[in-house]
Amino acid sequence: MKFLGYKAVRLLILLIVVAAISFIMIEISPINPVRAYLGEMAGSAEQLAKLGEYWGVNVPLQDKVIGWLKDICQLNLGTSLIYRIPVSQVIMEKFTASFILMMTSWLISGVIGFVLGILAGAKRGTWVDKIIKTYCYILQSSPAFWIALIVMMVFSVWLKWFPIGLAVPVGVMASQVTFWEWLHRLILPAFTLSIVGISGIALYTRDRLINIENSDFFLFARARGENKWSLILRHGVRNVLLPAITLQFLNFSELFGGAVLVEQVFAYPGIGQATIEAGLRSDVPLLLGIVLISTIFVFIGNTLADISYKYIDPRIRSEQDE
Amino acid sequence: MNNLSKLSPFNSLNLRQKTIVIITLTTLLLVLIFISSLNIDTSTITTDFALRQRPPSLEHLFGTDWLGRDMFIRTVKGLGLSIMIGAIASILSSLIAMVMAFFSSLNKYADSFMSWLIDLFASMPHLLLLILISICLGKGAIGVIIGVAFTHWLSLARVLRVEIKEINTSEYVNLARKFGKNNFWVAKEHILPLVITQIIVGTLLIFPHAIMHEASITFLGFGLSPHEPAIGVILSESMKYLAMGSWWLALFPGLALLIVVLLFDVIGEQVEKLLDPTKAQK
Amino acid sequence: MDNDLLRVENVSISFTQYLQGLEQHILKVISDLTLSVKEGEVVAILGSSGSGKSLLAHAILGILPENAICDGTISYMGNVMSQEDKERLRGKEICLIPQSVNYLDPLMKVSEQAIGDVPKEEKEQAFKHQREVFAKYGLGEEVDGMYPFELSGGMARKVLLSTALLSNPNLVVADEPTPGLDVQSVEETINDIKKLAADGKGVLLITHEIDVALKTADRIAIFYSGYVIEINDVDNFRNYENLLHPYSKSLMEALPKNGFKLTEGVQPLEDIDGCVYHENCPLRTDKCLKVKPELIEYDGAMIRCHNYNKEVE
Repeated sequence: MKFLGYKAVRLLILLIVVAAISFIMIEISPINPVRAYLGEMAGSAEQLAKLGEYWGVNVPLQDKVIGWLKDICQLNLGTSLIYRIPVSQVIMEKFTASFILMMTSWLISGVIGFVLGILAGAKRGTWVDKIIKTYCYILQSSPAFWIALIVMMVFSVWLKWFPIGLAVPVGVMASQVTFWEWLHRLILPAFTLSIVGISGIALYTRDRLINIENSDFFLFARARGENKWSLILRHGVRNVLLPAITLQFLNFSELFGGAVLVEQVFAYPGIGQATIEAGLRSDVPLLLGIVLISTIFVFIGNTLADISYKYIDPRIRSEQDE
Repeated sequence: MNNLSKLSPFNSLNLRQKTIVIITLTTLLLVLIFISSLNIDTSTITTDFALRQRPPSLEHLFGTDWLGRDMFIRTVKGLGLSIMIGAIASILSSLIAMVMAFFSSLNKYADSFMSWLIDLFASMPHLLLLILISICLGKGAIGVIIGVAFTHWLSLARVLRVEIKEINTSEYVNLARKFGKNNFWVAKEHILPLVITQIIVGTLLIFPHAIMHEASITFLGFGLSPHEPAIGVILSESMKYLAMGSWWLALFPGLALLIVVLLFDVIGEQVEKLLDPTKAQK
Repeated sequence: MDNDLLRVENVSISFTQYLQGLEQHILKVISDLTLSVKEGEVVAILGSSGSGKSLLAHAILGILPENAICDGTISYMGNVMSQEDKERLRGKEICLIPQSVNYLDPLMKVSEQAIGDVPKEEKEQAFKHQREVFAKYGLGEEVDGMYPFELSGGMARKVLLSTALLSNPNLVVADEPTPGLDVQSVEETINDIKKLAADGKGVLLITHEIDVALKTADRIAIFYSGYVIEINDVDNFRNYENLLHPYSKSLMEALPKNGFKLTEGVQPLEDIDGCVYHENCPLRTDKCLKVKPELIEYDGAMIRCHNYNKEVE
């Protein structure tokens, strides 16, 4: 309990600092938000002035910072400029969609990555190991968005299993989409994000397992006559699992980044797409809201990693008791 | 030592030679790509509407785009740009790491400030921070380079911090301080020579990430302007034509980028092996 | 020699190593090692810590790392053991007592790992047997459910010992079983090992502690710089005038002064042509510089020194 309280205080401080820095960074940007919003569209001087007022172009920086922070303290994230509804509502919708996408691929990549890592480590030097390693190196060296393009090319264009570009126009909320449509749309992004996520966890698991295979206790277990697979399953998996889970929790930051790229390619209506919209069209309240929610997301991942270490490992668990 | 090596007949394949050959070959290949990209004058990439959207052929290895431009030439040009931006960003990034690590070695407060700073930078998703920095600097090449540099210094700084801490507490450094040498002197004479390996390897290992992140951020529209011949731009454009079956527009440029990233990965790993032999024992 | 339980002949163990810049060189840890252990006998290998003598234990059990190169033969009950034989015998007839609690899986309860990988239906039986053996060495039931980090030093030692002895082996290889233990635990270990020999088991004791070797062993092999230079009866070590090799003599002579500790041995990076001890030897000749002496039998003992070779000729 004390631990959680401490974490909560840390999160609060972190959020304030992150929010302030992000706000200042966006505000000192030389990009004209009105022009960015209009994009290719032309506008009369009158319209531009009106939009400028809407965006708060002429308000001094310190007033803006203070005003925004005040709102935040009242848990008011402001109104999204492009969706024209409260930011919290946009984030709620978009983040839920992304959360499902991220967690699906988090689980899939975690399980498959771990199994592949154990397999590669146990069969070190054989062709099984080489195939797994090559796969991981290639996946690790390719940008997630390109993998997404390839997946789309294969499954949508070539095999025609999935339609291309199911994009909902900006401003239309995802709630108007039926569950099945949405599930259908989830498959390819989740698949992409999963295969991209496998490599990190698999390589880590492999490395850890090889370390354990070189450890003293592994040696003694071998000396006592345990056979290879018994060693791997009884001692290897037991000792790799915890650090692997921890790593997977620490991976929330990369997961978010991957989701942004993958959502953009598949036009999946999640937080990633919202980020890009908000960034490109200078929707400052929405962008800041996303910064905050993603910081919380990463923080939760890190905290879960901490907890999994503290409460599952018997060594640390007993230290806590004392 | 020589007569001992003879004892082991199956070591005729010398790991040292193999490693050096791999490093040389990969470096040559990258230099070749870079130099050829410099020799391509963008204005000579002809638009020829008669040759629009041609699939790969002997004449146009990577096919042509919707303006009839040769995709192979565009790709090579883009790779050159990627390598250049990757180089500047990763060198800048390791400079930041060095400054931060040196700063943290000054005193206790500086050290805790630095670990707080590292935590802060790690608290937001990488890509989001990159987007924010890029927006802050008005996008374009500067935005990307600074953005990539400022998001990739963490791991090297962590390594250097630990390393410097160890050296700083060693006896000969204490002795040097007793003789009245200042921090800067100690850093230059004792610390830098010992951490130079980590800095070289660290910079090389940042390289592939820098290239990938540049491409990603450009793809999303926060990086290089659409008029630059960047891989991210090419791939972003290709999305419009995927549905029409122009698969080559996305496949080859991405594959080329993947190979460049892999090459940098290989160089980084091999140099690390050469400089830190404990990695080779496994 | 017919009742040799274990016979190690001309065993050399070396590694390929890489230095900075990937300069490759061969590190020879054990060279031309020959010794034997009879039933009911304790043979100690005495050498400085970190000199690689544990690798002999690993070679006997067939658990050397993959990059190790091992020459020579190791026979058990008169038969040369192949890797398959070692895998079949280890944990059953040949057992290892490791040096520290690090040799136990940190995340597994003690009893669970002691019994090893047993099919479910045999588990109950295995636990019962484990309890009996543990009880024999004074380990209470509460120990069974403990994790290795919860064990005290003395408890850990007993757990390692009884775990190794669960299968009632013929040959026990004890690899540095005493370091870091309090005086009482060391005494107990010595007695436990002697009891094993009294039961007719052969024990190969690998140690760097001279007093442990003196109190436990029937014969002692001196391991110096990768070579066994003398194997002699423990009685001759007590009256060190009877020892053969100049190093062994000086070693025993210097004991009171050195607080009964072994001085740090030298592990040369490169092998040399002559005798490994020639640099410090008071009796050295030109031959010692150029020709490596062989391990020969002399007066019931084994010795690696040119001074004795001469008399044979």
